Amino acid sequence: MSDILAQLGTFWADLPLIVRIVVGILTIVVPLLIGMAMLTYFERKVMAAMQLRQGPNMVGPFGLLQPFADGLKLLSKETVVPTQANAGVFFAAPMLTFLLALVAWAVIPFGEGLVLADINVGVLYLFAISSLGVYGIIMAGWASNSKYAFLGGLRAAAQMVSYEVSIGLVIVTVLLCVGSLNLSKIVEAQKTVWFFIPLFPMFIIFFISALAETNRAPFDLPEGESELSGGFNVEYSSMTFALFFLGEYINMILMSAMTVILFLGGWLPPLDIAPLNWIPGPLWFIAKITFVLFCFIWVRATLPRYRYDQLMRLGWKVFLPFSLIWVVLTSGVLVYFDLLPK
Amino acid sequence: MTLTAIAFYAFAIVLLASAVRVITAKNPVHSVLFLILAFFNAAGLFVLIGAEFVAMILVIVYVGAVAVLFLFVVMMLDINFQELRQGFMQYMPVGLVVGAILAVELVFLAATQLAGGPVGGQANNSPIPPVDQVTNTEAIGRVLYTDYVYAFQVSGLILLVAMIGAIVLTLRSRPGVRRQQIGQQLDRKRGEVVQVRKVPTRGGV
Repeated sequence: MSDILAQLGTFWADLPLIVRIVVGILTIVVPLLIGMAMLTYFERKVMAAMQLRQGPNMVGPFGLLQPFADGLKLLSKETVVPTQANAGVFFAAPMLTFLLALVAWAVIPFGEGLVLADINVGVLYLFAISSLGVYGIIMAGWASNSKYAFLGGLRAAAQMVSYEVSIGLVIVTVLLCVGSLNLSKIVEAQKTVWFFIPLFPMFIIFFISALAETNRAPFDLPEGESELSGGFNVEYSSMTFALFFLGEYINMILMSAMTVILFLGGWLPPLDIAPLNWIPGPLWFIAKITFVLFCFIWVRATLPRYRYDQLMRLGWKVFLPFSLIWVVLTSGVLVYFDLLPK
Repeated sequence: MTLTAIAFYAFAIVLLASAVRVITAKNPVHSVLFLILAFFNAAGLFVLIGAEFVAMILVIVYVGAVAVLFLFVVMMLDINFQELRQGFMQYMPVGLVVGAILAVELVFLAATQLAGGPVGGQANNSPIPPVDQVTNTEAIGRVLYTDYVYAFQVSGLILLVAMIGAIVLTLRSRPGVRRQQIGQQLDRKRGEVVQVRKVPTRGGV
């Protein structure tokens, strides 16, 4: 058995770099797309259970094939381009959203050493990519040349820029405790205790900001159905709409993965004891992501939508000062007790 | 090696082409989008020379925040750019002079670099550690908070002053605008706002 593994290892190392990179990318992207499809099913089933309904149950066993049926339906529809739209930007926007949602996964560590690009500034890379996500939405809103789409795009831009600030400060707090920007090192620093215990308020702020950053309920004002009839993607149909949809859900998974890496110990088991550490790291990682995603859906099924000025007030007047104080407090405690990572 | 060269030329060509499009595009929104593309390719060039920290900060600060607000303003304001373009020939000489000065400075810098002379002037107390031993985030941190701490603080103060200035310029209390005062709302006591009255039959309040 180990012979075969060793042979496989040498065979893998002998392959040209480009082949290894492509295979690596495919092993991330294909499960990710399937996972995204299952997430839409999961969301509908969980929300149905919370509202005492059945949810999708017709296509396949337990309705498991429903997301694929929806995907096929979207593909077979007609792509409509409004006559007044700016065609180049109109088509670039969904592609950009989808692309950015995928490229961020290059630095996510799935297990010990299981990462496509183990770069030293992993956290900053993730932060940079997620701050670029706003462009897809604002470009879509502008290029559609429709007032609903434009208002949705502007709201999204203001909202995402606001909540990025508090996300940045939360990340700074975590980095103070780790002493490295490398995502694998952040996970390894949580071997003794997961960061959500000492930094619990930061964990909550990060989770809420993640909801706002991915435009999820109760912060889904950019696509508020009741006032903007769908928001920035109101003019999109068929594949272009599907790309936005894919991008949004993959971003949800990405923000959950970030929460898991920063606060819930990444691929580490809760306790390093016998039955728990038999389960391989990637499975722990996926289980924790699923838990955070469940919280995303739980919030959506429970809370009503925020009013827009309340949303901005929460971001700038509550989260920003609070997380700033916590950055100072955390660094003060670390310096006083001489706990700073060397 | 060749892969790096290909990447360099790809980034450089796209950077220059989009920089040209920034000033030639008819539509101001397209200009801003090309500016963002230019920033992004500049970040790519930084990654190629091993300055990944600077690259990420460039993307986060300029592309992720400054350019978004820029795009915001350009989309919201109905600027007639045809009109703004009128004085192009008038400003041309000034622009050429500034460009020439920058080009000369770049040549001087490159010449001193090639001659092996010091670029930073006097020697530092804590020299920059070799980049292959520490990550460049750490290398920047070591000099930024020791030798250049005053410059760092001064730039922070300048930004603070600019921020306060912007707030002072825009903060004004307009009469007749009713805003929600959350503190006031929460501060109300039951006795101040609820009155229980005995209303006599057919008497009214």
